Amino acid sequence: MSTYAQKKGFGATIWDFLTTVDHKKIAILYLIAGGFFFVIGGLEAVFIRIQLAVPNNDFVSAGLFNEIITMHGTTMIFLAAMPLVFAFMNAVMPLQIGARDVAFPFLNALGFWLFFFGGVFLNLSWFFDGAPDAGWTSYASLAMASKGHGVDFYVLGLQISGLGTLIGGINFLVTIINMRAPGMTYMRMPLFTWTTFVTSALILFAFPPLTVGLVLMMFDRMFGSNFFVTTMGGNTVIWEHLFWIFGHPEVYILILPAFGIFSEIMPMFSRKRLFGYSSMVFATVLIGFLGFMVWAHHMFTTGLGPVANAIFAVATMAIAVPTGIKIFNWLLTMWGGSVKFTTPMHYAIAFIPSFVAGGVTGVMLAVAAADYQYHDTYFVVAHFHYVIVGGVVFALLAGTHLYWPKMFGTMLNETLGKITFWLFFIGFHMTFFIQHFLGLWGMPRRVFTYLPGQGFETSNLISSLGAVFMSLAVLVLLYNIIMTSVKNVRVGNDPWGDGRTLEWSLPSPPPFYNFKQLPLVRGLDAYWLEKMEGKKGMTPAEPLGDIHMPNSSFLPFMMSFGLFVAAFGALFNMDDKAWSIPVIVLGLLITFGSMFIRSVKDDHGFHIHKEELMDDEDKGVKA
Amino acid sequence: MKRLAKWRLISIFAILSLILSGCGEPFLSTLRPAGEVADIQYDLMKLSTLIMVGVIAVVMVIFVIVLVKFRRKDEKIPKQVEGSHKLEIIWTVVPILLLLILAVPTVAATFKLADVSPMDKEDSDALVINVRSNLYWWEFEYPGEGIVTGQDLVVPTDEKVYFNLISSDVKHSFWVPAVGGKLDTNTENVNKFWLEFDSKKAKEAGDLFYGKCAELCGPSHALMDFKVKTLSRDDFENWVADMKDVKEPVQAKTDLAQQGQEIFNKSCISCHAVTPGNTTPPEARFAPNLTNFGERSRIAGVLDHNEEELKNWLRTPEKYKPGNLMTDKYPQLTEEQLDALTAYLMELKVQE
Amino acid sequence: MHAEEKLSLETWPAEPEKSTLEAKNKFLGFWFFLGGETVLFASLFATYLALKDKVPDSTHTLAKDLYDLPLTFVATMLLLTSSLTSVYAMYHMKNFNAKKMNTWLIITVLLGAAFLALEVYEFSHYVHEYNHTFTSSAFGSAFYTLTGFHGAHVAFGLMWFLTLIIRNSKRGLNLYNAPKFYVASLYWHFIDVVWVFIFTVVYLMGMVG
Repeated sequence: MSTYAQKKGFGATIWDFLTTVDHKKIAILYLIAGGFFFVIGGLEAVFIRIQLAVPNNDFVSAGLFNEIITMHGTTMIFLAAMPLVFAFMNAVMPLQIGARDVAFPFLNALGFWLFFFGGVFLNLSWFFDGAPDAGWTSYASLAMASKGHGVDFYVLGLQISGLGTLIGGINFLVTIINMRAPGMTYMRMPLFTWTTFVTSALILFAFPPLTVGLVLMMFDRMFGSNFFVTTMGGNTVIWEHLFWIFGHPEVYILILPAFGIFSEIMPMFSRKRLFGYSSMVFATVLIGFLGFMVWAHHMFTTGLGPVANAIFAVATMAIAVPTGIKIFNWLLTMWGGSVKFTTPMHYAIAFIPSFVAGGVTGVMLAVAAADYQYHDTYFVVAHFHYVIVGGVVFALLAGTHLYWPKMFGTMLNETLGKITFWLFFIGFHMTFFIQHFLGLWGMPRRVFTYLPGQGFETSNLISSLGAVFMSLAVLVLLYNIIMTSVKNVRVGNDPWGDGRTLEWSLPSPPPFYNFKQLPLVRGLDAYWLEKMEGKKGMTPAEPLGDIHMPNSSFLPFMMSFGLFVAAFGALFNMDDKAWSIPVIVLGLLITFGSMFIRSVKDDHGFHIHKEELMDDEDKGVKA
Repeated sequence: MKRLAKWRLISIFAILSLILSGCGEPFLSTLRPAGEVADIQYDLMKLSTLIMVGVIAVVMVIFVIVLVKFRRKDEKIPKQVEGSHKLEIIWTVVPILLLLILAVPTVAATFKLADVSPMDKEDSDALVINVRSNLYWWEFEYPGEGIVTGQDLVVPTDEKVYFNLISSDVKHSFWVPAVGGKLDTNTENVNKFWLEFDSKKAKEAGDLFYGKCAELCGPSHALMDFKVKTLSRDDFENWVADMKDVKEPVQAKTDLAQQGQEIFNKSCISCHAVTPGNTTPPEARFAPNLTNFGERSRIAGVLDHNEEELKNWLRTPEKYKPGNLMTDKYPQLTEEQLDALTAYLMELKVQE
Repeated sequence: MHAEEKLSLETWPAEPEKSTLEAKNKFLGFWFFLGGETVLFASLFATYLALKDKVPDSTHTLAKDLYDLPLTFVATMLLLTSSLTSVYAMYHMKNFNAKKMNTWLIITVLLGAAFLALEVYEFSHYVHEYNHTFTSSAFGSAFYTLTGFHGAHVAFGLMWFLTLIIRNSKRGLNLYNAPKFYVASLYWHFIDVVWVFIFTVVYLMGMVG
């Protein structure tokens, strides 16, 4: 049986990726798509900084500026940070727990394609009549007043991609609960797996409120309902609640995996196990839990009253405690260790002061009465960029360098990596540190320009110059990726030499079935334990046997594509275009037809036989 | 890693010099508090910053020691430490205590700033102002005094002023940074709060504070500025009396201004009132009240207050405030008409 | 693979819905999905409660004068009964009796369809008698969205059962399709529970004011 035999040729490779259900290939898809959107979101950021470099600038118009900031926020959060986080979760988590794939490989592919088509749909708004312009928070009164179709693209695109995220979350939860290798107890799971687990739970409970909010807004804009129409009894504060009940957990959905990546890097390059593993796990769960209790701190100035504001202020402060625990545990992990300054470690080290800076301003923002001053100013802009760039983006860049060999079998250049790091690090602080003061000096956020004579000129210019450094950093990284891929120097199982967890016991990249024999896990840092006992690899937990694998399928692509088509129909149905209804019907037919095929056609997967596994012994499998 | 340390030093100096270079403008910055509310908030900022700097210091000390002391020098495997209950308890309990120190004044201040009980008391002599935000201008109504004005908020110093806030269209947010934090103007409900304007600090700011819209509200969100003129209680009462004197539109004095008034009465008066009386319902006041336009500090909230800018604004409002609702509401004006209209508008003053 | 094995009452496992790894995954994943659905409906409930009786002017009918309690009580009974019949169906599934399972599932579907018919009648009654429509007020929008979402879930559940019944009518039960029946019935119970909340929060609490 040679169902899995490698086909050659470009077309075949494309087809392979369009139909793959292999978590490692889906990870690559997430990485490419997320990286693409990251570059687009980054370009939007550059436009913002050019416009604000000098007062009364007219690089872009006021309306266009609002579209750019909206798309910058939406793209970076939903289409860049989330999928990049998903890329590493997909690439690494199943390997870390010793699984051959995720629980639902088919749904895994479906989740990716939904995200992808949702993201493409959202970005196509630029080519129709304008992108959404009500901010990434899309507050209802402004969104309802927004002309053109921008907000409709937002509402439909996020519904589609949000569905994909939700599917991904459920998939990871089940994978971690059901598919751990023998001996891999919960308290032996690597911290990245733990954060994946908690993040997935957050996704499960946080995305439905967003979906509801988006659906209500869609009904209001397209079908004449009155949820947010004040004169008809509607209430726009409902949107704020629904959005932030999603929106606050969302930031933990992003930052927890970042914590996870750093919790892998620091022990690795300190050659020392994670300090206070159990309290790290506890802190992760606690942060996830508290993340749902604090949404109204985004609404301190909405007028909820002092009781609500006081409660949410104190609850918000409470989150600082588990976060602080993590910071000190990381520091103590390196304390007494043997710290090697690789590129990922550079990011991990820079992360600590950067993230602490963002964390402490978070506590300052929690002081409700003082937040009346900070709210919706550049102070907030500085704060969340410190946590999201200083935390999440640092982690994603670190993860890219760390896991590149595991995903592609070749190492990114370390020198270029460090150049990327320094450019990015300097640019980041230059861009955002000064923004704290801009906010305190009275500069509101989301302004397309500012008048001279208010003391904002110099600081904005400094901030804009910082963006140049960050852009250069990204260019160096892209150059590094191209050069590395061209040279294509293959590496072995544990290219960093300090691997501790199961993924480093496998070839780079691992064969498509991951583990020929499931490994026996004997403790935390399973691979490290074996290495310290002088063994080369893991002890198998089972005899060599047939491996059951899922079939590839084109249906996930088709299902998502159908929704993409239907969304276009729905959007233009507002203009009473005659062709819109057939387009909706066609799209839904594609989607439901694919679902129908999926449910009536049995898919039992296939088996790799023992003998073939033996043949594979030293071949490795190319992606 | 030495480079890192050096960079840190440089950036710290850079930051310090920036801080020393000023706490922002006295008429705009939250770091130059000019009233009780801003004072409370500034104190909270200082307290939280102090605590947080302490936390940062501890982290940085450990951080620097790690970077200096535990670099990889050989291939030895360090001792694998599981954790330390004692340390973990310390860094759980100490932050909790620090947060308690912060939480108590936070809660107290939150309630204090929300205390608007004098507004609801019968025959209270508290000054109440109804703020109504519109795309992209502000209306200020003094219900007790029966006058309406726009763009320039006039307040007495050294007393609590109470505000009712609501929006006519989309959500905005009312913010006078130097005097106190913001509160949103929602579309469905009235929000209430108070501010106090300190006379001494107001003097430093030239008796004119900058006010801003702090919630994204459309293309001209950045230009939805207003100004706050502070007066002593006596001067304020004079101003109110002068405003109330204008019972019906004041007849223009010069010939040119009279021509302007005719144009105004034909093209502008359906939206812009020139009497401060509270006759039209709030929802029907489509544009700023111009009773005291000649005494405003800015044109359209952002342009310098002179005839040239006024003409520019009347020629192409869209250029100066994209998305504003005045554009195309009146016929194209010739240069002569502009001269006349400008003369009339600049004459609209209540105080001599 | 499992489908190819010859199964009998003796070799049929006690928990066929959890007898393979795939089945276990499906079982657990579906519970998580229902967790997400719970939050979805919770958000819709919250929205409804916030907008209940929020109408533009006094010409609009409020909840206490609107709802037809006897009708919704009958609908509630129909749906509760259908939940019970789906339990019978699962009982026969566990006993490897595809025929009886199908019979009970068909009864379940019929009851569900009757519920839907009543709901459609109820909606048209509100629209025509009271002019209480999706677009007439925020209250109307919230009411039809909450109950409509539930109704759409019912309709989807019916289609799901029907597809399963038709697809498997010839080949009977096996370890590949048993979990499918099981999760479909889980879904059906969930819909039923949501309706109990709708009946309480919307209709009963609506009557008291």
